[in-house]
Amino acid sequence: MSDLTLDIAHLLAGLLVLVSFLLLYQDRLYALLNVYALHALVLALSVAWQAYAQDAPQLYITAALALLFKAIVIPVALHRMIVKLGIQREIETVGGIGLTVLLGVGLVALAMVVTLRATAGADLLAREDLAFALAVVLLGLLMMVTRRNAVSQVVGFMSLENGLVLAATGAKGMPFVVEISVAFSILIAFIVIGIFLFRIRERFDTVDIAALDKYRGEHG
Amino acid sequence: MSLDPVILMLAIPAVAAVVIALLPGGRLSAYVNAGAAFLTLLAGLSLLWASQHRAGPYLLVDDFNTILIVLITFVGFTTSVFSANYVTYELDTGRVTPTFLRFYHALYQALMLAFNLALLSNNMGVLWVAIELATLITVVMVGIYRTHGAIEAAWKYFILASVGIALALFGTILVYMAAEPAIGVGLNAMVWTDLVAHAASLQPAMLNLAFVFLLLGYGTKVGLFPLHAWLPDAHAEGPTPITAVLSGLLLNVALYALLRCKMLVTGNPEALAPGPLMMAMGLVSLLFGAFMLYRRRDIKRLFAYSSIEHMGLVTFAFGLGGPLANFAGLLHMILHSLTKSAIFFAVGDISQVKGSQKIAEMGGLTKTNPLLGWGLVIGVAAIAGLPPLGIFTSEFLTVSATVERLPWLALPLVLGILVAVGALFMQLNRIAFGEPKGANHKAKCSYLPMFVHLALVLAAGIYLPPVLVALFEAVAKLLG
Repeated sequence: MSDLTLDIAHLLAGLLVLVSFLLLYQDRLYALLNVYALHALVLALSVAWQAYAQDAPQLYITAALALLFKAIVIPVALHRMIVKLGIQREIETVGGIGLTVLLGVGLVALAMVVTLRATAGADLLAREDLAFALAVVLLGLLMMVTRRNAVSQVVGFMSLENGLVLAATGAKGMPFVVEISVAFSILIAFIVIGIFLFRIRERFDTVDIAALDKYRGEHG
Repeated sequence: MSLDPVILMLAIPAVAAVVIALLPGGRLSAYVNAGAAFLTLLAGLSLLWASQHRAGPYLLVDDFNTILIVLITFVGFTTSVFSANYVTYELDTGRVTPTFLRFYHALYQALMLAFNLALLSNNMGVLWVAIELATLITVVMVGIYRTHGAIEAAWKYFILASVGIALALFGTILVYMAAEPAIGVGLNAMVWTDLVAHAASLQPAMLNLAFVFLLLGYGTKVGLFPLHAWLPDAHAEGPTPITAVLSGLLLNVALYALLRCKMLVTGNPEALAPGPLMMAMGLVSLLFGAFMLYRRRDIKRLFAYSSIEHMGLVTFAFGLGGPLANFAGLLHMILHSLTKSAIFFAVGDISQVKGSQKIAEMGGLTKTNPLLGWGLVIGVAAIAGLPPLGIFTSEFLTVSATVERLPWLALPLVLGILVAVGALFMQLNRIAFGEPKGANHKAKCSYLPMFVHLALVLAAGIYLPPVLVALFEAVAKLLG
């Protein structure tokens, strides 16, 4: 495998970690959804590159799924839902954003140390991909823990899941990658439909959102 | 024409789910549900008759999963009988609609399909998909009443279970990556029997990392502390037959998945020993569950914490390993499943009779509803581990294996068990004895499934047939 192929794979996987950090410090729901769409886009590019580098055409399906479903359908659906259900648009965080980002840096370092040590025997592409993927997974977990409202927790989960897809595509010739990415998309669709069906306005239903918005004179 | 029972076990629930979804619903769907569960049980039992051992790229039958398949299809059937009675009462009282029953029973069969698939799978990928399917279905079933509490519980369960699922998938990917250099690229590196055969040549460091993720991932579904937070809420808010399914079946299926992973890691001499990790999580869950029993006000939550306690005990026993502890763990897993579902059958009828799940609104059940009250008393005595009921045997064996191997750990273990016994009897005293309290609706109770389970638990405590002992010993050896 040429150095350039490897470098591009690294660049894309590293970019995904970077976008995970961007997700961490968003404090508006709409901005969060836009950054998530970017996250999914980077994932799609990364998976497509893996498909090319490993000469595994079935991975293009996963890439296309990431692009269409995660980068377009889900953000648009969530956007509409936020409008329709009148979900509060600011994101409440547990602890400060600064602290969260610092923790995030620590988790990324942890992911690197752990995976690079554990995978000494595997090939380089898979190894580094796995390290980045674990970093994305841990950042997703961190986001789920530090967010109070349902939609941003779901976005945290979806970014976590993007990390898993990255790991699965990085593992050379792993069976079921496409099936698993489809299964995960179904899971996510369920979650999103769940928000709507269960009418979860906020996880803790205490703020009168409409009143708050009126007070601030915000619309849309 | 000879039909393959393994295929039947997957086909019957799948077809039944579709048929129920097409039928008009109401009582009919409850009967179809019970009938399909009975046929699945027959298919499961036939695995015992003729030895059906096999290992393909997707499906596997060995002694270990045969035992659990018989257990799960049996409890699946008795629960469907209990459920038929339970939901028709709810239909009569107008709490649910016929369409609801159609939806509910179709999901019930889909859940049985997911359980059977998880138990029969010989492939880490298929196993993961089956457990994901089971999770999704139980989430919907927990939230099925759509009350505020039910939705909150379903959401919490959903988020925690999804995280668990995600971690388990990461572990599965790592297993594949650990195996790929030894087994080669492709499907075989995901096949469990191939993985175990090559266990010694897998990458040990990667396998360690994989096991940590699998333990956390599947451990979430087993309800191990500190990943248990979904369990009490999910148990309390769903329909009671589903509570019985959660405690009696889902936790066991998840533990089964975890044990398969453990067997894989044990096969590699250079990888870390999975036992101590499981023992630590099991012991902490046991103690936590036991102490949490004291201050429960909701009867379903009470027994949910008791499930955490018992799954902790079972995980501890399997973590300890060796023929005796594995035997005890397996026996405990089975008896807990039977006893706990019997208790939830009683609890379901009690909450219909009393029209409430609050312990404060119950009292003197043995006077007002003798059969139900004494059924609960026997169930609680069994779950607390009183002789001559079966759980006494398995707890005794676990404790003696611990005393023999790690005497210091026997101390917290016995403490946990005793604390739980105290708490259970204190609560039982308030529910079953004393002055009658609370409402007394005329609910049609179904005693048969409950007493059949309790009779089996009693029989297991008095006499285990040698055939069964031999089978359990074979599995205990398999578990290492």
